[in-house]
This record gives sequence, structure tokens and C-alpha cells, in this order.
Amino acid sequence: MKSNRLLTILAAGALTLAACSSNTGASGGAAASAGAKPYIPVISKGFQHQFWQAVKQGAESKAAELNVDITFEGPATESEVDKQMDMLQAALDKDPDAICFAALDSQAAIPLLEQAQQAGIPIIGFDSGVDSDIPVATAATDNIAAAALAADKMAEAIGSTGKVGVIVHDQTSRTGIDRRDGFVNQMTEKYPDVEIIGPQYGGGDQLKSTDLAKAMIEANPDIKGFFGANEGSAIGVVNAVNELDMAGDIVVIGYDSGQAQIDAINSGLMLGAITQNPIGIGEQCVDAAVKAINGEPVEKNIDTGFFWYDKTNIDDPEIQAVLYE
Amino acid sequence: MQIPVPQLGSIRSLVRSGAIQRLLAFGALIVIFIFFSLASPQFLRFGNINGILIATAVVGVLALGETFIIITAGIDLSVGTVMTLAAVMTGAAVTNMGLPIPVGIAAGIATGGLAGLANGVLVARFKIPPFIATLGTLNVARGLALVISGLAPIYFTSTPEFNRAIMGSILGGIIPGASIPNIVLVMFAAAIVAAFVLSKTILGRYTYAIGSNEEAARLSGVNVDAWKAAVYALGGLFAGLGGVLIAARVNSAQPALGFGYELEAISAVVIGGTSLSGGAGSILGTVIGAFIISTLTNGLRIMSVPQEWQIVVIGVVVILAVYLDIVRRRQQL
Repeated sequence: MKSNRLLTILAAGALTLAACSSNTGASGGAAASAGAKPYIPVISKGFQHQFWQAVKQGAESKAAELNVDITFEGPATESEVDKQMDMLQAALDKDPDAICFAALDSQAAIPLLEQAQQAGIPIIGFDSGVDSDIPVATAATDNIAAAALAADKMAEAIGSTGKVGVIVHDQTSRTGIDRRDGFVNQMTEKYPDVEIIGPQYGGGDQLKSTDLAKAMIEANPDIKGFFGANEGSAIGVVNAVNELDMAGDIVVIGYDSGQAQIDAINSGLMLGAITQNPIGIGEQCVDAAVKAINGEPVEKNIDTGFFWYDKTNIDDPEIQAVLYE
Repeated sequence: MQIPVPQLGSIRSLVRSGAIQRLLAFGALIVIFIFFSLASPQFLRFGNINGILIATAVVGVLALGETFIIITAGIDLSVGTVMTLAAVMTGAAVTNMGLPIPVGIAAGIATGGLAGLANGVLVARFKIPPFIATLGTLNVARGLALVISGLAPIYFTSTPEFNRAIMGSILGGIIPGASIPNIVLVMFAAAIVAAFVLSKTILGRYTYAIGSNEEAARLSGVNVDAWKAAVYALGGLFAGLGGVLIAARVNSAQPALGFGYELEAISAVVIGGTSLSGGAGSILGTVIGAFIISTLTNGLRIMSVPQEWQIVVIGVVVILAVYLDIVRRRQQL
């Protein structure tokens, strides 16, 4: 009788599985290889962050427009290189027609990408792309130029002199390196009277970045501005300025969007921010993948663009279209 | 349906021996396999099965060491980042210092062993609760990995033999077509060693004894502190091996990788029927547990189940496994 209970539990487990799989029916993914529609797995660097959700949104709308099936996935954190490789491996096993891929670590992914190349599956890089010549195209933001624009805006706001703190999400990723170097190099070359404090690294974590910014302000009470190199870093700075009751005394420039940054810009806590075009990144990579499948020519480097936005233009339709909440 | 009396007796003894959950875990793995094979034509392909085997290897090896520690009624939260530190040490030895690859591998495994020994001394000698002691080690190892690597991945680009040795396939050379990479064979070999140590050696016997009743073990003359430290050190050796494997797999030592892997290892152990309250568990169960997780993850992925739901399913499976453990325990009373 007791073993009956165990069986019941096992059956419940099987039902859970079945229930979950019925979910797929709705999304149509299971039929991917069987149907006539081309299938393109999109493997990103994350899925929880709003930025990736915006990329996903762009990819999905383009997929619907071009009548192809896509799936979108990425590891839970941007350090899980091996998990991303598992995803790429599983994607290859699904006989895709093309793969959109944003590598966490290009070198680690090369063997699998070579496998894809041999199987004749075109690879489209997006976001930080893949550091290799295997991808037929890469849809990405020019982060160096974008961060340099942030430096120009900062210099303009503080009169090209004084201390500026820099908080970056990490020191190993392509976006972290490019945004840091883009900002710092532009400052040191064009505005020699500006002193850079940092850069410090907060892992893109709001709380850690808040603590970092507060410590930097304590150590440099005359600091005039802060650049936060991604959403988490920028919100961290805003929180620090708020907690120290220094709103208005410190110029804050951010990166990307999200509700918190949009609110901070509207309320004047933040001067403005650089926004990439995440929806455009998603659209462009799927578009390039479909072109590659059809044997049409694709541009090798697709610049998906960036914008400066602040209180004056935040409501422009052009800006509203690329911001995410 | 009526069950004949003698059979009922044998079921009882099966329940009592704890074999039932292992049997259930194995049955669950079979059910999962059949389910996904029917649900997706791509699931049973050699390439995909190979993918599952590779995806299991690293967490599987971590879980082997974790099994010993959990059987002593302890826990090791540091296996993920100790793995990372070991990978970084291998990278530092091979790439930065130009030492031969076997030395690098030994350095990685030894690093794991030392970190495990540190855990053991903290737990056994200084009586720091395992949860706290290994949480401390988790952060120490995580920080040291960043410091030693200089905050950037260490690549094995000048030593492609390292990747080839572990991701290549000896088996494929013997049996054409069966190109299962060596990393999978290493995991199974490590599991056989672990099973032997757990069931055939004094260390294994004392592991169970300490977990069943630490005070009784002490009173019967077992040097509990020393053996406990040895168990944590053994767990560390497996974490070190895991570090070597993951370094070869991603062809680089990634200093930021590894946080969260301890929970996957613990999940594999628990799904495999090892009791978190100590005294019961098996290596075979852990291997099955690790395969259940990786097979579920892979199968749901192949079926394009949204990722958010994949996480939910794994969580439900862990809860079910622990509940089964509790049911089994209640029956033993």
C-alpha cells in the first residue's frame, strides 16, 4: 500500500512534465524541424535582463514578419560559459537553418561553431558577437563610439574640468572593456583637465554599484560626475546620489534604459544616457539569418546604432521606439 | 490487486535498505528518456545523447565528492568556486608558468584537495557549522580565482593537447562512430573510484558511521574529527578534478564561472536519494541524479520549452525527491 503512494508521487512527477511539455505545443517550437518554416535558434548572453527581453522582442517580431520560427535562450548569468555551450550544442542537434549567437567567450565556442560551419549552418553574431571569421554577419552596437559620446556629453555638462567617476559592470566582457575604454580614452585625449576616478567594477549589480559610488564620493567629495556603463551600474550611481542627498550636485550619465533610468532622467537625477537599439539588434540578426538562409548577400558588420537621450528628447518617437521599460 | 505476502516482505526490506529510491530515481530517468524520445525526434540522436553526457560530466564529478560530505550530515557549498579556483590554478601552471600539462592537472586537483582540507579543518577542528565554513571557503576561492587569474580568462591556446586530452575521444579511436569524449569516461572512472571508496574502505564506512550517529561513532573510538576532515578533503579532490575538466571543456580557465554549481551538485545528490540528514546515500544514486538533471534540461531544451519553465521543472523534481526521502524515512520508523 505504501509503495502505491510512492507510485502516485512518481506519476505526479510525470504529469508535471507532461503539463510543461504541453506548453511547447502552444509556442510551436516542437514542430520546428518538421514544418516548412525555417528554424533559427537565437542564443543570447542572458534572458532575465530587460535588455535581452528587448532583443528577444525584436527577434520575435522580425521572425513573425518573415515567417520563420525562432527560439530565444541564454544562460542565467553572463559567466556561465559552459551552460551556453550546452545550449549551442542542443541548438545544433535540432537541425537549425541558421543560428544567431552572442558568445560569452568566443574561444570556448569555436569548436561548436566550426561544427556548425561544416554542417553548412550559417552563424549570425549579435551584441558582442563572436570573435572569429565564422559568422557571416554580426549585428552589434559600436560601444566604443557610444561611450565616447557619453564622455563628450559629460565634459560639456561639467565644463571640461574636474573629477569624474566611472563604474563599469565587468572588466572581462567585450561590452565592459569597450565602454570603459571608449569613455576613458575620449576623456583623456580630448579633455585633459578631467580627472578619471576608477574605473571600479560592480558586476552590473545595483546594490554593489551603489556602495562603490558612495565610497568614491566619500573619497572624492569634489567629484562632479559619474558614468555608469550599464543599466545596473547607472542605477547604482543614481541610488548613491539619492542616498547621500546630493541630487543636482553630481552629473550622472547612464547606459541603456529600463524604467529606473527613464524615471531618473525625467526627474532630473540623471542627465541622460546612451541607449543601444536592443530591439533593432534582435530584428537585424534574425533578418540577416533569413537572408543567409536564402543565399542573399548580407553585410558583414551591421551597425545597429545608438542614441543619446535626455529630458529634452526622451519623448521623441525615435527614442521611445528603442527604449525598454 | 493482491500482492502475495512474501513479495510484500521483500518490498518492505527493499524500502528499508533505501534501494527503493535509487530504483525510483533510475525508473524516473528511464521514464524521462522514453518521454523525450517520443516527444522529439532529435532527442535520441547520438549527437544529442553525447551532448547530455558531456553536460553531466562536470556537475557529476562535483556531486561525487558532495555525496560523501552529505552522507556525514554535512554540506559543502564551496565545490563550485573551488572548481573555478582549481581551473585557474591549472591555467596558471600550464599557460602562465609554462609547466607540463600533467603538472597543471595535478596542481588543479591538489588545489581542490587543499581547499577541501581547509573546509574539513574548519568544520571538524574548529567546530564551525559546515554551512558557514564552506560558505566562507566559497567566497575565498571565488576571490582567489579572480586574483590569481588577474580578472581575465586564462586560455590554453598554446597547449591544444590539454583540450584534446579531455575533449578528444579514445573510445572513438577504438570503436568507430562511438566518439564519446574522454571527459565522460573520466566522470565514470571517478564514479567507480568514489563507489569503491564509499562501500569498500574504512573511510567509506566511517563516512556512514559519522552521518548516522556522530556521538556513537566517537564513543566507539572513531577519531571523528580526523575522518571528517578527510571526507571534506576528498570532496575537495573531486571539485579539483571538476575544475580540470571544465577548464579543458571551455578551453580556458574562466575566473567568474562556478558560482551556483554547488546547488546543482547538491540537487544531483539529493535526487539520487542521499539523505540531507546524513547516514544514507550512494554514488550510483548521485550519478543517476546528475543524469536526471542534465537529461531534463536537455530534453526540455530540445522541445523548446521556455527557459523559465525549465527552471521550474528542475525545482519541482528536487522537491519531489526530498519528499520521497521523507516518506521513506517515515516508513522506516
